[in-house]
Amino acid sequence: MIRLEKRPQPSRAWSMATPLVAVLATMVMGGLLFATLGKNPVEAIRTIFWEPVFGEFAFYYRPQLLVKGAPLVLIAIGLSLGFRAGIWNIGAEGQYIIGALTGAGVGLAFYPMESWIIFPLMVLAGAFGGWAWAMIPAVLKTRFGTNEILVSLMLVYVAEQFLASMSLGLLKNPEGFGFPGSRNLQQYASAHNGEIIAGSGMHWGVVAALIAVIFAYILLNRHMLGYHIRLTGEAPRAAKFAGVKPARLVLFCLGTSGALAGLAGLFEVSGPSGQVSIDFNVGYGFTAIIVAFLGRLHPVGILLAGALMALTYIGGDIAQGNLGLPSAAIQVFQGMLLFFLLAFDLLTNYRIKLGTEGAL
Amino acid sequence: MKFAKLLAGAAIALGLAAGGALAQDKTKVGFVYVGPVGDGGWTYEHNQGRLAVEKEFGDKVETVYVENVAEGPDAERVITQMALQGANLIFTTSFGYMDPTINVAAKFPDVKFEHATGYKRANNVSTYSARFYEGRAVQGTIAGRMTKSNVIGYIGSYPIPEVIRGINSAYIHAKKVNPDVQFKIVWAFTWFDPAKEADAAKVLIEQGADVILQHTDSTAPQAAAQAAGNVYTFGQASDMIEYAPAPRISSIIDNWAPYYIARTKAVMDGTWASVDTWDGIGAGMVGIGEITDAVPAEVKAEAEALMAKIASGEYHPFTGPLKKQDGSDFLGEGETADDGTLAGMNFYVEGIEGSIPE
Repeated sequence: MIRLEKRPQPSRAWSMATPLVAVLATMVMGGLLFATLGKNPVEAIRTIFWEPVFGEFAFYYRPQLLVKGAPLVLIAIGLSLGFRAGIWNIGAEGQYIIGALTGAGVGLAFYPMESWIIFPLMVLAGAFGGWAWAMIPAVLKTRFGTNEILVSLMLVYVAEQFLASMSLGLLKNPEGFGFPGSRNLQQYASAHNGEIIAGSGMHWGVVAALIAVIFAYILLNRHMLGYHIRLTGEAPRAAKFAGVKPARLVLFCLGTSGALAGLAGLFEVSGPSGQVSIDFNVGYGFTAIIVAFLGRLHPVGILLAGALMALTYIGGDIAQGNLGLPSAAIQVFQGMLLFFLLAFDLLTNYRIKLGTEGAL
Repeated sequence: MKFAKLLAGAAIALGLAAGGALAQDKTKVGFVYVGPVGDGGWTYEHNQGRLAVEKEFGDKVETVYVENVAEGPDAERVITQMALQGANLIFTTSFGYMDPTINVAAKFPDVKFEHATGYKRANNVSTYSARFYEGRAVQGTIAGRMTKSNVIGYIGSYPIPEVIRGINSAYIHAKKVNPDVQFKIVWAFTWFDPAKEADAAKVLIEQGADVILQHTDSTAPQAAAQAAGNVYTFGQASDMIEYAPAPRISSIIDNWAPYYIARTKAVMDGTWASVDTWDGIGAGMVGIGEITDAVPAEVKAEAEALMAKIASGEYHPFTGPLKKQDGSDFLGEGETADDGTLAGMNFYVEGIEGSIPE
């Protein structure tokens, strides 16, 4: 008989090892999946994990890893603060959209004026837009006790409608022959979030993501507020005695994660994407939830997890093009990663026992 | 025995190496798809075109594709990836790939690009699209005759000229055969999302529509119509014949194969040049799927006659007198719309209710 026994203390070793074990298990099971599709599993796994970083065209893919990973990390860092305190912002996708709209809106309002002040203003507007959108579930929760999971999630769909409306109306490119979508900010120097060093992929969003990682690390380890966040998540009753004000924590966590998601949206719309369009959002806000958990809600872990997710996206596309793998197989592969992570996570809190001792 | 195996292995390895060397002479053609190849509509037909290229040229071509590519930075990366991997010709098959295609094309002047349904061209970027509005005229005629409730539902994808043109063309021809006809339009804001498309179809059916036209790519509206019963639909982009004879009573089929073969040939021959292609029923780029027995013989004959007149160029679906929705003049008696007007069409014709989303 195999049974599970609760550990007296969560295992630190397993907590650290789980992501690695999950990645390995994903490689094995993913390889099996690819083999059943008639593809060489070793080559497929190698293409996904090796090709983008060390392959023939790595000079192009490495910068792309930063471009793809930065918004994931930036959003996930914000989410992790709330998740640690048991405050669940599921609507980062919406805050990402609104941040992009407010940021791009400010930039387009100045068009065609050129000035160094425009981009910083857009950054502020983007952060504010995301923050304001996150304040809706925050205030509703603190005032009326609504569930922030539902409210923030529903607001994603509202944000999508806003996005469509803006692409078709207010922000539509007047020189776009009636097609939806704004002017391309890549062609507007003052508003363009270009590469800081040409060919490096390093745009301001990447810098912001790295700064966010450092700040989150300091906040959680060296700051009273960070201690309150951790305490609220781990021991809510103790937190109460320690004088934590739950309402303030809700406002802070949702607000911060909203602002960071808004920033991610702004950096994306003014940089790699360039344009407000109906299809602007591609799911970074939802994928970031996976990244946050894959990174154990730890800033450094999130950085690594973001890089890993970016790798599977880019490697996945390469595998499609080179090996003819269907995109659904790649999605299953990515899904396996989260599945195995959650499955092996069990071992952090439980251990496997053989035998029937202490019969249940 | 062992030695023989070893030899065989070496021979295979050599053969593979030789194959690799030969691959250099092949023309490599890449395709970027917005949906999955199994969508049964838009992407499916582009993929049929790809398969036709493979069949036509056999060993002389190698085709690659990436499906489900989001419009935006992801598309730019995938297109770059194909160019880096040595593609000679790349077809980007969604409107939203326009700027990414232009960006990548600027970095790879020796690679040829073909962008579907866009309006930006360069020395190494062609654009191509089909005159789907010609097919819409045929659909409108059948729909106007088939509706009993006089309410025709229309699932729009995005309010871009391409889609608005289709709505106008269908409406003009439905109205011609049935003056009492009314259009209800739902915007799905997606090209492919079976759940949203099914919802849109259900809403239209609840509002009394008994014929539904769609500008989205999945078969979900067909399934919704089948479940409702007594509702007719048309296959979109692909034949969707699995829903015949009803609810699907006809279809518009995008036939990209001849174009893809011709463009691949041009690259092989070194005669490729940047062009803007817009072909319709006459050139075979727009096909009308079989009109089923659910349609009375005289309606079928009427639709086929219209088809023949459009194909021969005798009749243009946008022929005056026509007014715009706001009552202003669009086309005078006997006047036909020019391609520029059609390409940028951003208004409804007179009689359509509601407004284009803004």
